Amino acid sequence: MSLPTEHRAATGPIAGDLADATSSETALRRFLLGLPGVDQVGVEERAADLATRSIKKDSKLQALDLAVRMTDLTTLEGQDTPGKVRALCTKARRPDPSDPDVPPVAAVCVYPDLVEVAAGELEGTGIHVASVATGFPSGRTTLEVKVADTEAAVASGADEVDMVIDRGAFLAGRYGQVFDEIVRVKDACGSAHLKVILETGELATYDNVRRASWLALLAGADFIKTSTGKVQPASTRPVTLVMLEAVRDFHEITGERRGVKSAGGIRTAKDAIRYLVLVHEIAGPEWLTPDLYRFGASSLLNDLLMQRSKQLTGRYAGRDYFTID
Amino acid sequence: MSRLDVKKTYKLFIGGSFPRSESGRSYEATTPAGDFLANAALASRKDARDAVVAARKAVPGWSGATAYNRGQVLYRVAEMLEGRRDQFAAEVAAGEGVAEDAASAQVDAAIDRWVWHAGWSDKFSQIDGAANPIAGPYFNFSVPEPTGVVAAFAPQGSSLLGFVSVVAPIVVSGNTVVVVASEERPLPAMSLAEVLATSDVPGGVVNILTGSVDELAPHLAAHMDVNAIDLTGLAGRDTTDLEREAAENVKRVVRPPAEEPSWEQVADPRRILRFTETKTVWHPMGI
Amino acid sequence: MTDTTTTTEAVPDLVTPTWEYAPAPQARDLVDIASSYGLFIGGEFVDPIDGGSFKTVSPSSEEVLAEVAEAGSEDIDRAVGAARKAHGTWTGLSPAERGKYLYRLARIIQERARELAVLETLDNGKPIKETRDVDLPLVAAHFFYYAGWADKLQWAGFGPDPQPVGVAGQIIPWNFPLLMLAWKIAPALACGNTVVLKPAETTPLTALAFADVCRQADLPPGVVNIVTGAGETGRHLVEHDGIDKVAFTGSTEVGKEIQRTLAGTEKRLTLELGGKAANVIFEDAPIDQAVEGIVNGIFFNQGHVCCAGSRLLVQESVHDAVVERLKRRIGTLRLGDPLDKNTDIGAINSSQQLSKITELVASGRDEGADAWQPACDIPDKGWWFPPTVFTNVSQSSRIAREEIFGPVLSVLTFRTPDEAIEKANNTPYGLSAGVWTEKGSRILWMAQRLRAGVVWANTFNRFDPTSPFGGYKESGFGREGGRHGLEPYLRTGGQA
Repeated sequence: MSLPTEHRAATGPIAGDLADATSSETALRRFLLGLPGVDQVGVEERAADLATRSIKKDSKLQALDLAVRMTDLTTLEGQDTPGKVRALCTKARRPDPSDPDVPPVAAVCVYPDLVEVAAGELEGTGIHVASVATGFPSGRTTLEVKVADTEAAVASGADEVDMVIDRGAFLAGRYGQVFDEIVRVKDACGSAHLKVILETGELATYDNVRRASWLALLAGADFIKTSTGKVQPASTRPVTLVMLEAVRDFHEITGERRGVKSAGGIRTAKDAIRYLVLVHEIAGPEWLTPDLYRFGASSLLNDLLMQRSKQLTGRYAGRDYFTID
Repeated sequence: MSRLDVKKTYKLFIGGSFPRSESGRSYEATTPAGDFLANAALASRKDARDAVVAARKAVPGWSGATAYNRGQVLYRVAEMLEGRRDQFAAEVAAGEGVAEDAASAQVDAAIDRWVWHAGWSDKFSQIDGAANPIAGPYFNFSVPEPTGVVAAFAPQGSSLLGFVSVVAPIVVSGNTVVVVASEERPLPAMSLAEVLATSDVPGGVVNILTGSVDELAPHLAAHMDVNAIDLTGLAGRDTTDLEREAAENVKRVVRPPAEEPSWEQVADPRRILRFTETKTVWHPMGI
Repeated sequence: MTDTTTTTEAVPDLVTPTWEYAPAPQARDLVDIASSYGLFIGGEFVDPIDGGSFKTVSPSSEEVLAEVAEAGSEDIDRAVGAARKAHGTWTGLSPAERGKYLYRLARIIQERARELAVLETLDNGKPIKETRDVDLPLVAAHFFYYAGWADKLQWAGFGPDPQPVGVAGQIIPWNFPLLMLAWKIAPALACGNTVVLKPAETTPLTALAFADVCRQADLPPGVVNIVTGAGETGRHLVEHDGIDKVAFTGSTEVGKEIQRTLAGTEKRLTLELGGKAANVIFEDAPIDQAVEGIVNGIFFNQGHVCCAGSRLLVQESVHDAVVERLKRRIGTLRLGDPLDKNTDIGAINSSQQLSKITELVASGRDEGADAWQPACDIPDKGWWFPPTVFTNVSQSSRIAREEIFGPVLSVLTFRTPDEAIEKANNTPYGLSAGVWTEKGSRILWMAQRLRAGVVWANTFNRFDPTSPFGGYKESGFGREGGRHGLEPYLRTGGQA
């Protein structure tokens, strides 16, 4: 196995040489199993405590705009069509036609076969085109297909790839296999950014979430992402908290900042702001940028717009005044 | 020709040994009628100090022993006492001035009291402990633990049964004790020390002093390495000063009753709990 | 190859985004504070006979909140008389009816929870986040729990016919004013006692508001009497011949004085006193949660907590990593207006307490320990102390031995479990302790050996009405909470 980036030595509970960690399957296993445990009750209490933060006035407006800018506007349905994707791209460029001050979203996220449509629509807008790949959502296919899937998405114009890890291999303890797959897909991405979906709902424990996060970061993930949105539970705040700790600690050791994406089940502005509080207080204010934190969502966007309107006008907003795309 | 008795020298019982008082003093133990029985050691405050040191040293081993083991040891005391019941009956009869029958009954009750307490060793924590239903994802349990070193005053009247009724509930939970025997009737307690010494009771678990309550009590009450003080044996006395001294390190105090109770009646396991501390342990439940 | 000398970051410097939380003040107009308060005796507010009055002040603004009566000896006499008179009425009720009064109190507290939380925050200086989310829910829960015991006492394991002790004199501290009131009053009433309760002189307002809760519940007059005042008032109460039991929570110094005062009397006594808890972190601890536990252990309620984890015992092998993470975490704590919903650290309760903390922190520096405090703005008015961490602390240092009762943590190290136990237990106190390790058998090994009444394993500063609380050694005796919490308020008969 090879290490994608240079790492500094570190001290402390996540001690040791990260280069060593990826020098062999045994070393990787030792590293992952040597990570400090995560106490479920403690981490959930911490997340609940941070959920009591009260974000008002200017700080709320700032958060709402930021959340819009961090959104990967997503459609991942069997019934997706070019028309649906075009509509979504329109919404992505200008989320609220009545208010030009609303910023565009971060990216539009689609299946590989619709990447070309999205790329065409978004050319020159600065909005990223994200494609799921690697046999999304289950990932139950061969490595060759996963790589081909990725290459096709990138060739069609995706500059961000959301891959899924092999949860079966991870749960069976074949960490090296998971690692190698990520490295191969990363390679296939070329210059496209790689988001690695852990599908935390299937990993079952926070210890596994922490291990999978580190595994993905070591293998070169630009982002670690909670969920496909196809498995319940999808993103939760405690899961995101554990992943934010991983990127924070990774930065502490390597000096390199990697991103986190929370996806699935985030539907309200209130919820999104609670996630931003987590980002702010766990990873730090440096992560409050679309380059380092994303929401994978669809219906969230309209609630952000409605709350934004409430903040600006003082009136509670009505659903009919916001487009359903 | 009648043979001349070989008389026993009564000494103190500290740390499993039988030293004389470091002060070299003794006093006459008599029958209630005033007839000489034997010389008892007149313990000094330094003997009390040594006894506390021995008791403290014995705490980790005794409190760390399994409840089953402590029960076995206490039962062994009963066995040993049973084997010497005639000797104790004679000693109680002489010291308390009661008939041999009554004295025998007291010895029998004392033996049975050891047996009764032996049985409590692995049960008192089950009647007092609890798994507490916290409103949250925690496992929480409470257990009674021994308080540590207890200073006790044995009843002045009932020199054996009273003594056992005070000492057994203290030690059964894992405490160690420094006990001052009945001042005027010290001999059965000191003979009991011989039983304890041959019953697998680790040295220092029970330390017995004979002598003047007035002389010893203030030092024990004020001792900063004593966790609790049992004044049960000082029935009817004003213990205000002792209780004030005990406050200096927040000792647990068992106050004396107005008069010495009848020790024949069934004992109460809550006396065991008077010398315990409730410890409550929390742990989250999660995956 | 690993580069151990890299100083530049792999990612170019981002313009650090700022996101300041705007003030989020809890509305204060929920509470209606009278300009002056009398004593609550026999079901009504009365003026003191021989006492004076004193002012209670908001610690965060130094604003005078109200003028409060100071009970003198005759006032205490009257209050004890009212409690004695009510004892007949109260024990005359069926136990089930007594229980229903307690349920009523619990419900009214829930209904008025926010108001009481705001009042507590104003008078005490602790953050609204804590009064709202910790104190008040526990207060209501405590009454709810003991309400249910009132008609089940014969099954509680204290003999077949347990009887009330009589009139209880109760003295509570300023750190959890209403919660300590609940811990005292709920079990006392459930067992059929009547009470005279003295709140702390710096935090009388929620106890006086509780008098109004009693009025709304239609509690018989004299069952609960609230006498405000300072140490002298407390002394009158403790010394009064008409009380049968004293329950005290406060400093070890005063606790000893009370124990001495009660020497030679038949009054029962329970003491919940000071502490200097060790919070033991092993190298295999769930490190992020442990850091939370350390923070919660010492900065919860500004460290004004008798069971605070004020001595951090860290395994030497992870000392640097733990301290580093701890500092980073402390850097995110928000100190300021206690009524702001985002405030983590509120005001120090009084100028006297602030002086004591300041003095002990100075002694720590003098003794050569290294003090660290995060950059944090201290408000102009009120009494404040920033979170403080001392490293390089020796076991003999004053800050490692004396209770500071403030947001000051002393960090010590250990190498082996035996050493951890030895250091943790090497104190005259024994109220609480913490242990953090992922190894189950080690938790139980530690829990068995720690000489403390409460052991929090992989958590800290958790409370529940069903969970007995109280100390070993100089941290006091008797338990509050759970079935054990009934015993101090019952006459049980028998030979015990």
